[in-house]
Amino acid sequence: MKKIYLIPAALVVCIAIIQACTKLQPAAPADDEILDGPVAGLSYDQNRQFLAGDIAFNDEIFTTQTGLGSVFVATSCGSCHAGDGKGHPFTTLTRFGQTDSTGNQFLHMGGPQLQNRALPGFTPEQIPTGATFSKFTPPANTGLGFLELVSDADILAMADPNDANGDGISGVPNYAVLPSFVTAFTNAIPRNGKYIHRFGKKAAAYNLLHQTVSAYNQDIGITSTFSPQDVYSGLNIDPEVTDNTVRNVVFYLQTLKAPVQRNQTDATVIAGKNIFMQTGCESCHKQTLKTGFSNVAPLSNKIFHPYTDLLLHDMGPGLDDGYTEGSAKTNEWRTPPLWGLGLSPNSQGGHYFLLHDGRAKTIEEAIQMHGGEATQSKTKFNQLTAADKNALLKFLESL
Amino acid sequence: MIKIYSLFVTILLSFCAAAQIDPALLKRIPKDTTKPSLNMDAVYNRPFVAVGKLPVSVGGYMEANWQHLATDGISEGHQFQFRRMTLFVSSTIGKRLKFLSEIEFEDGAKDISIEFAALDIELHPLLNLRGGMILNPIGAFNQNHDGPKWEFTDRPISATQMLPATWSNAGFGVYGKHYNKDWMFGYEAYLSGNFDNTIIDNAENKTFLPSAKNNKERFEEINSGLPLVTAKVAVRNSKVGEIGLSYMGGVYNKFQDDGLQLDDKRRVDVFAIDFNSTIAKTKTFITAEWAWIKVNVPSTFTQQYGNKQQGGFLDIVQPVLKKKMLGWQNATLNIACRMEYVDWNKGVFTSTGGNISEHLWSIMPAVSLRPTSQTVFRFNYRHQRQTDLLGNPPAVTGGLSFGISTYF
Repeated sequence: MKKIYLIPAALVVCIAIIQACTKLQPAAPADDEILDGPVAGLSYDQNRQFLAGDIAFNDEIFTTQTGLGSVFVATSCGSCHAGDGKGHPFTTLTRFGQTDSTGNQFLHMGGPQLQNRALPGFTPEQIPTGATFSKFTPPANTGLGFLELVSDADILAMADPNDANGDGISGVPNYAVLPSFVTAFTNAIPRNGKYIHRFGKKAAAYNLLHQTVSAYNQDIGITSTFSPQDVYSGLNIDPEVTDNTVRNVVFYLQTLKAPVQRNQTDATVIAGKNIFMQTGCESCHKQTLKTGFSNVAPLSNKIFHPYTDLLLHDMGPGLDDGYTEGSAKTNEWRTPPLWGLGLSPNSQGGHYFLLHDGRAKTIEEAIQMHGGEATQSKTKFNQLTAADKNALLKFLESL
Repeated sequence: MIKIYSLFVTILLSFCAAAQIDPALLKRIPKDTTKPSLNMDAVYNRPFVAVGKLPVSVGGYMEANWQHLATDGISEGHQFQFRRMTLFVSSTIGKRLKFLSEIEFEDGAKDISIEFAALDIELHPLLNLRGGMILNPIGAFNQNHDGPKWEFTDRPISATQMLPATWSNAGFGVYGKHYNKDWMFGYEAYLSGNFDNTIIDNAENKTFLPSAKNNKERFEEINSGLPLVTAKVAVRNSKVGEIGLSYMGGVYNKFQDDGLQLDDKRRVDVFAIDFNSTIAKTKTFITAEWAWIKVNVPSTFTQQYGNKQQGGFLDIVQPVLKKKMLGWQNATLNIACRMEYVDWNKGVFTSTGGNISEHLWSIMPAVSLRPTSQTVFRFNYRHQRQTDLLGNPPAVTGGLSFGISTYF
């Protein structure tokens, strides 16, 4: 008789365990603790494309069999952007060229990017004699779709090439020629056949298609119909990634959510934000921008807070690497968005590697390395009380 | 018309009759538990069934499970998995000539492989020749991997995701054993098929010895043209337990082709130590394995692929109840725990001097019920933390699994 009860009792226990199994599993981190994930409000089909791009970006590892190299920097997109955050010096890119803005004179010698790794049996590239170079730590990917949708008019409205307002800040756009596979935005404002570029340390990439195609080719050594030239031989070869995959990755980058600020109501953070404004940091690290129209509803006509103006600024001799891209000068760097800054250690191996080449190991160190147009703000920062400095840093960490 | 139907029914019944085997003809060959054994005996230390007077014995096992896991809060939901079914066929061909094969159907026959198919020639207990498809004796798990022997639905991560269990190759070698009172000594040494370039160039994005298993041509052609050397020595004391030391190594890369030099010769070397023991007083069974891997990765390649790896596991199984349960005589209820650690990339970044991570640890408590020693029902909980190359916050995986595994 006892056995008769034992079997249904065991079944009840099993069902209870199955029902409870999710309680025993690790919880998802809060939305403001991670940088990856799609913008809210995508449709089912957009979610599918996001997932396809996510897999191509984070899971597709290139090997000899699938076209890696023969010279390269990284084996996948995700290798440089762990968790869609800032990269680690392990995958720092080296770009080489010259000091003036006449266009890269070393393209025939493997420029603009050094492929510093090679498949077994092959030799990595070397920086040609006479070339100058700079190292670029991979940036975070989050919120790129919002930045792509800022109109040229809005970017130009923030520019002040002649410092007409006398605040010491004179941001300028990077004008460059479009690659053949890129179509200009409908509301683009070109100048002498050149267009405002906005992505990258020196704003050398026009849009996310341009950035994605270049990264496949220059970082991984993968050719596509958009960019068919093999980085090793310099010859056009068959595409190693499909157009569809490239489009999916672009869509993925466009629809990654914007970072969510943490501790927004914390009194110290609020105080730090006020100090950020008062010290003039916001002159370049613009808090609020807006998107134009997009077919992707969650991105269309939105107000967002990236803390960048997408413009180039003179950052002084300390950050002048003697290398340039497009119309950017050697001492000019595009204002990096500060959103997601506080989560950088989660993708940089528990440390900060800030500024264009990761030379700054703390936020304060990065501030101290600001020069040129940012000298005035740096001076104001140095005049702050310890408590105010702490509040400012807390605010930056909350982004 | 009735005659036609009668004939039809008779034919049908005769087919049924022919399809049946008199159970009396099936003779279960008991495991010889009086004979001391080592891990190296695992291939023969299995239950077999002999059919009538046929000169072959057959056997096998299967394992299947349900699991519900999540990583950082994201779950694929309920999963039912048919891990594998394996068939053994053994035969004593003649005096001092034995053959045994093990054919495995994994993941619902998505992958079918001959894991073992070797002819053994006994010249002396200390000198046996073996040739065919052999299991390379690296560590203990590779040779002793049958599902029903373990209290966990998953195989050890270090054995399958760092070491390439189940790792078998075409090859030849020698083995032997010697007994002396409580002591037992065994050795094995083989030359066999080898690894290939994919161990440092694969979709796992890390040095990954198991990737060589995807190369089906390895049963016909060694990538480097040089054999893999595998050797093991093991010592057992019947009161203490067994300890094994093993080595596996060779040139893995295609350094020449058609007489032309393509690359330097690059080696992979693996060292492993394994141990198992049963504490007589408490009947606690302990088994452990640890391995170190050294791979020559070109310095001009990427540190994504590490040149040093290490990892292992420790299983502790404690019988808590042994009695008649649910009508099964001598059923055993166990509690168990597995602790695992793997570091796929042991070293420092040349760019920063900081440690390279790419490691994992896992703990898996379990409850298992064995109605007989050859069948196990096992219920596991896994908690696992896996850190990426850069040492970012780990991906945390957790969840439950329930599995069955049985010899037949």
